[in-house]
Amino acid sequence: MTQLPETTERKLGLVIDLDTCVGCHACVISCKEWNTGGYGAPLADTDAYGSDPSGTFLNRVHTFEVKPADKPAMVTHFPKSCLHCEDAPCVTVCPTGASFKRSEDGIVLVHEDHCIGCGLCAWACPYGAREMDAVEKVMKKCTLCVDRIYNENIPEEDRVPSCVRTCPAGARHFGDIGDPDSDVSKLVAERGGFDLMPEQGTKPVNKYLPPRPKQQMSDDLDEPVNLAALAEPTANGGFLGWLDNALERLG
Amino acid sequence: MHPAYSVIFFTVSSGAGLGLLAFMGLGPFTFGGETSDMIWAAFILGFAMAVGGLISSTFHLGHPERAWRAMTQWRSSWLSREGVIAVAALIVAAIFAALWLLLDLSSALLGIVTTILAMLTVWATGMIYAQIKAVDLWHRWLTPVCYLLFSLAGGITLFIFIHAVFTGKAGYELSSMAMVMLLVAWAVKMFWWMGADRAPTSTPESATGLGHLGKVRLLEKPHTGSNYLQREMGFQIARKHARKLRLIALVLGAVAPILLILLAIPAPLDVLWLGLAVISHLAGMLVERWLFFAEARHAVMNYY
Ligand code: SF4
Ligand code: SF4
Repeated sequence: MTQLPETTERKLGLVIDLDTCVGCHACVISCKEWNTGGYGAPLADTDAYGSDPSGTFLNRVHTFEVKPADKPAMVTHFPKSCLHCEDAPCVTVCPTGASFKRSEDGIVLVHEDHCIGCGLCAWACPYGAREMDAVEKVMKKCTLCVDRIYNENIPEEDRVPSCVRTCPAGARHFGDIGDPDSDVSKLVAERGGFDLMPEQGTKPVNKYLPPRPKQQMSDDLDEPVNLAALAEPTANGGFLGWLDNALERLG
Repeated sequence: MHPAYSVIFFTVSSGAGLGLLAFMGLGPFTFGGETSDMIWAAFILGFAMAVGGLISSTFHLGHPERAWRAMTQWRSSWLSREGVIAVAALIVAAIFAALWLLLDLSSALLGIVTTILAMLTVWATGMIYAQIKAVDLWHRWLTPVCYLLFSLAGGITLFIFIHAVFTGKAGYELSSMAMVMLLVAWAVKMFWWMGADRAPTSTPESATGLGHLGKVRLLEKPHTGSNYLQREMGFQIARKHARKLRLIALVLGAVAPILLILLAIPAPLDVLWLGLAVISHLAGMLVERWLFFAEARHAVMNYY
């Protein structure tokens, strides 16, 4: 059913911390690893060892440079996957009912046996969160690891999305963003979490936490430290200097 | 956006075919409902182009064998609505044509319903694109209006050609109608093109939410190879090439057909001129439709 539920009981989603993400792509790999064997069709790679490799991924990490007008540029790693939007345009455009949003937890899924591979939902998503699988010809997208989070066959600490479980920097958080008392909601409130492209009217559930402002070292210190001076050799340079040091170390 | 040839062919062919069927729906009023070879030919061409286009549109599906499922979600999806209305239009048109051609019964009611359903189908096609908010160029009310006007203009141009083939003359009134429709359709399209230079709704700054910190640019792509998103949404033609192609579309689609129709009114060679007018118009439409995709920029490109 491609009509959206009026409300969902919970709003499960991710909170992604752009301050802590180190851009290691571990979440990309763990996502692919779990989801190529989990829910639905595998995630195909084509020409994997050739000159034009391409593959289906549900989560990708971009890296952006942000250049403030008066300060040096900063680098921000930027993981992106389905944001499980409240007003998901990908769902309402689907002609077959393959795309749907669950009323119990708000997860947006594709019923792959009903998908005709028309690609319209991928056009409708402004975030590029849907990719047509080149081999199976059905639409693939983040399931929020629906086959982990409710899975009682795996240890409790593993019942979170694969990307969250894997992230070595702790940059990914999972929870009910609809519940103001949840840890993720508190984190969003505390850190000023924001929506991507709010102007598209999709009301994404996933939130992003902004990078913390860079410390201004030169403002805090009266005089800049001369780093070069710290590296000055104590004795003369050259061979004699080295000999001097070496003998010194011998005691 | 990537211009898929099956979709370009589909919208041009079905558009003109449905336009012709819509025009035939008015037959009981315009030419009194007599049966003739001309009426047969018009219906056959109309159905062939409409159905041929619809079949070609299934070629770009990953799973055409499940295409029937696309009829189910008409409450929310314009693609589904298009499918449902297209089937309804073709069924009503078939009954209308069969009664007229085989039993000499031209029902005004069935005719009107055929016209309305054929036009609604084309409107729904336009809405499939207009509903996509992530593509600024398409997300406008003028988009389905253009589709509708092109369909009508194509339908009438096809009909005056058939009329000339069977009666030996273009017909002054029909020809004037065709020229007016061509003019109106392309005038609206030029207006649509004028809106193509609006500032984008979303930018790399809003896409990353980092705009408050400064200017955002991509430093590293998420992968070294290409991906589906880039192939599907990443295609965009350079602006100066687009300008030239717009001109080509305009000349082929509007200027040439109108001159050829003008030539055909007094001339004895009207079948030839009108045949060329049809071919030129359809060629112009193919260029216009190709540009419709090639000029469109998708919001996801803010991440690339
Ligand atoms: S991020 Fe894209 S695919 Fe996910 S719910 Fe929103 S619009 Fe749909
Ligand atoms: S590709 Fe599949 S899920 Fe997406 S709109 Fe088409 S049928 Fe629906």
